[in-house]
Amino acid sequence: MTAPADDFPCNEFVEVVTDYLEGALAPEDARRFEEHLALCAGCASVLDQFRTVIRASGRLAVSDVDALTPAQRDQMLAMFTDWAAPRR
Amino acid sequence: MGPEYSDDGALVAALREGDEAAFTWLLDRYHAPLHRTARVYVATDSQADEVVQETWVAVLRGIDRFEQRSSLKTWLYRILMNIARTRGVKESRTIPFSSAANVLDEGAEPTFAPDRFRPPGDPDWPGHWRAFPLDWEHQPEPRLLAGETLSLVATAIRQLPPSQRAVLTLRDVDGWSSVEVCNALGLTETNQRVLLHRGRAKVRRALESYFESTAS
Repeated sequence: MTAPADDFPCNEFVEVVTDYLEGALAPEDARRFEEHLALCAGCASVLDQFRTVIRASGRLAVSDVDALTPAQRDQMLAMFTDWAAPRR
Repeated sequence: MGPEYSDDGALVAALREGDEAAFTWLLDRYHAPLHRTARVYVATDSQADEVVQETWVAVLRGIDRFEQRSSLKTWLYRILMNIARTRGVKESRTIPFSSAANVLDEGAEPTFAPDRFRPPGDPDWPGHWRAFPLDWEHQPEPRLLAGETLSLVATAIRQLPPSQRAVLTLRDVDGWSSVEVCNALGLTETNQRVLLHRGRAKVRRALESYFESTAS
């Protein structure tokens, strides 16, 4: 396996993937990032992997990660009913 | 399907009239994210439950006086943060988001294990891959986003430290903007990105072990 001929080590690349995707890298660093990306299949896979993670998370519903239990929901609604009674 | 409240004005008016559908809509949309946020400030899930409950009480108590100079969402989060902070201080737990050092200590691991790279003294390519990571593009697309993969992602997210979980869920699951997340959680843009990256890195690792263990 040949490593890419540039000055952006892969172990630094993997730490700034989110900065790159968020558009938070300085223009010069973004350029080095993209140059490295074009040369290094390993780092290209990593960027794709992060994109897959983001896409998969986006497929989840909030309730997959953290749901209001029926008991909590009933409790909150009871509280609301008490509060709302004089308004109706 | 219940009603949709695309603008705050209609929602606030309905709440003031004691419309239960409006409150249910608000609960379904915000209870879980509020809980995740509260959990960053207090030590246990049950304390976070209490904080969110107090928040809803305060919201109803204050709705008649809410002037809508900010969005309802911003107002909700401001109330929650005040209650959560007060609670966090009472329990003398350090408030992680008030201190960059603290929030960044939590679950601070490199994106990849250091031994995946050549050592600093490597004569040819210090810091470059020893062996390339698996290319997930070879996984068939349906498999990448299949039920089993998604439930693995959900499990990995639930296991994140609270601050990473809050940021990742609001950004990548709920689809909030980075500005919204920074405002809601009282984070700088930089720290928000650090937490988001660490969270994604852990989810990535969970998927990597799964794909590697099932690679033929």
